[in-house]
Amino acid sequence: MPNVKITLDGTQYEIDSKKTILEAAKENKISIPHFCWHGKLSPSGNCRICLVEVEKMPKLTIACMTQVTDGMVVNTKNERVINAREAVMEFILINHPLDCPICDEAGECKLQDYAYKYSKGFSRFVENKVHKEKRVDIGPRVMFDAERCISCSRCIRFCDEVAGVHQLQFVNRGDRVTIETFPGQSLDNPYSMNVVDICPVGALTNKDFRFKSRVWEMSFTDSVCNGCARGCNIEVGVRNNEILRLNPRTNDDVNSAWMCDHGRLETWKNVNAEDRIKSPKIRKDGQLIEVGWDEAIAKVASEFKSFNKNEIAVLGSAFATNEDNYIFAKFAKEVLGTRNIDFRRHNEGVDDTVLIRADKTPNSSGAEAVGIVPQENGMNFDQIISAIKAGKIKALYCLEDDIASIPGVGEALSNLEFFAVHATNHNKTTQYAHVVLAASTYVEKNGTMTNFQHRVQRIRPAVTTLEQDRALDNFEMSRWDTFAAHNDKWGKGPRRDSRPSWKIVVSIAGVMGTKYKFNNADDVFNEICHKIDSFKGLSYLKVGKKGASLKQSTVTV
Amino acid sequence: MSNEKYLKKSEPVRVKDLSFFQRTYVTEILKGMFAACKQIFKPRFTIQYPEEKVVHASSFRGRPVLVEENGVERCVACGLCSRVCPALAIDVQSASTELAKERYPEKFEINMTRCIFCGFCEEVCPEEAIIMSNEYELAFSSQEESIFGKDKLLKSVEEMKPRLDFLRDHR
Repeated sequence: MPNVKITLDGTQYEIDSKKTILEAAKENKISIPHFCWHGKLSPSGNCRICLVEVEKMPKLTIACMTQVTDGMVVNTKNERVINAREAVMEFILINHPLDCPICDEAGECKLQDYAYKYSKGFSRFVENKVHKEKRVDIGPRVMFDAERCISCSRCIRFCDEVAGVHQLQFVNRGDRVTIETFPGQSLDNPYSMNVVDICPVGALTNKDFRFKSRVWEMSFTDSVCNGCARGCNIEVGVRNNEILRLNPRTNDDVNSAWMCDHGRLETWKNVNAEDRIKSPKIRKDGQLIEVGWDEAIAKVASEFKSFNKNEIAVLGSAFATNEDNYIFAKFAKEVLGTRNIDFRRHNEGVDDTVLIRADKTPNSSGAEAVGIVPQENGMNFDQIISAIKAGKIKALYCLEDDIASIPGVGEALSNLEFFAVHATNHNKTTQYAHVVLAASTYVEKNGTMTNFQHRVQRIRPAVTTLEQDRALDNFEMSRWDTFAAHNDKWGKGPRRDSRPSWKIVVSIAGVMGTKYKFNNADDVFNEICHKIDSFKGLSYLKVGKKGASLKQSTVTV
Repeated sequence: MSNEKYLKKSEPVRVKDLSFFQRTYVTEILKGMFAACKQIFKPRFTIQYPEEKVVHASSFRGRPVLVEENGVERCVACGLCSRVCPALAIDVQSASTELAKERYPEKFEINMTRCIFCGFCEEVCPEEAIIMSNEYELAFSSQEESIFGKDKLLKSVEEMKPRLDFLRDHR
């Protein structure tokens, strides 16, 4: 593509000729304010805040819609531009209610930021503002405040261009303009909540998160969604050791800037749910009784010792990390000596054209890659279940998955003489378990997940368990976390006595006489990178914030 | 020895010896007695605390309170007081309400052992909802007792009128 030379604020840059002034400026770290322009949507050019001066053009022009041309001289900071920006801000703020104290967007609001940066700081408008409806139920997961809307049309363009459903449109003219759904429709597409993220003001808010917390009170940890095999990059918003919301993080190779509503709402509610398993449990007289870790681990170790190799089967999990599955497979092969290794697949939907994958687990390709596959002459998942029914398999060890939710599997599990399961929450499977080992959820541990593109992505702990400390273990800290004293009520939400699965397995192996020297998830990942070809050359540093692809040639797709 | 000059001891000051009359202290005692006795005829300003209590001027910054108007707190739980509080004494949990203000504090707690009575919360409040009262009696027998919830913080507008008027006049 031909490059052109343009001058931005007195400095010459070489820019791809297809780009607009705004993109060129962004590329070179010159900030031009923008409301309606969004990098992942088509430009619309209606907010007018990005006005810049292009020499030899009679009037100011909008940076988001003007393509660069050779020899163009652009001023983004001179007096004329600043005056125009102030005028545009004044116009936008005329009918904006300024109810920041009750607005959820406050603290991450573009209008708020720009009002500080680019507006005059006072209002000349003495007339009454136009009042519109404050609480419009625009969709099942999104609330609309018509007064706050600055008519940037980002949400409309998102629905049209990304979600692929035409649900929103402007109605009325002038200062009466507002956004409505088409008659008989509501904003209910599976990606509807992305409009909350892209709304530059607080017009569209997240019903689930509404009024729960101020954004400046939360800490945000980079992680990966575990809702499906896509592995959308997310930020986990935590306050008081409790997850309050998830936001997508931009990663062009995986999820662009979006995530689905299911991932955003449903993937973390189990962390603080009533049925959360807060410490290891052993079944005594038909009841699961809370016990200490040492007792639970000793029990599992001694039980497994009493079975023949061929009577044991293990099931990894596509919900667990690569580290968990690797250690689990290693333990199964080296300590238990079983060949019956597999995991449950969750192909429960259909791939859509945006993000959602049919595979509802975050790490099925990773589980396979690190060795959760039936060994030579070993049984696969269905064979293991039928062998349990037939009484050939007497002991089962299962990672974090609800295998009993498959019809018929539950009855099979009741045949087992010993059944140990790692679980985060009580489910159908734990009803049959003899030992339940309290596993950390994906927001409580370090690790990596491998998505359907064979891309390895880091998850980071955002919620502390009993064995972790927010400050000492390098968690993201909010202001509250930083300054909380031991006797402060806030900053100390519920913590559970759970551990990452790999750590539990290492302890069991230790009691059974095989000492594995892994102190943290890093050590495990380094061994994976050392032992498994497709992971060669990777490290947590290389995986970084945006992930790294596995070597394709060695992966069977 | 560059710091020698600091180590040098000062010359002892020779105090003039007092005369015999001066050493009897008669005039000084009389002066003192006069100063004390003069007060007997002046009005008393000692307050018999705790039976009697000082009523402070409305500019006094006592413990912060929440203003209650028409049966509900004015507070919209924006969290600015909590953010500005240099001692991190304030903990607000907002929730949704059907009232026009949309948002209200489900929980509003001030840890009075943390509060430093700076009045920043009052200054930053967009609703004139948290203001400094003239209450200064704050003694607790436990940590838990020192955390004031809405039950202890809410005060009616009428009760807080002097302070509210003061704020209007001096804003």
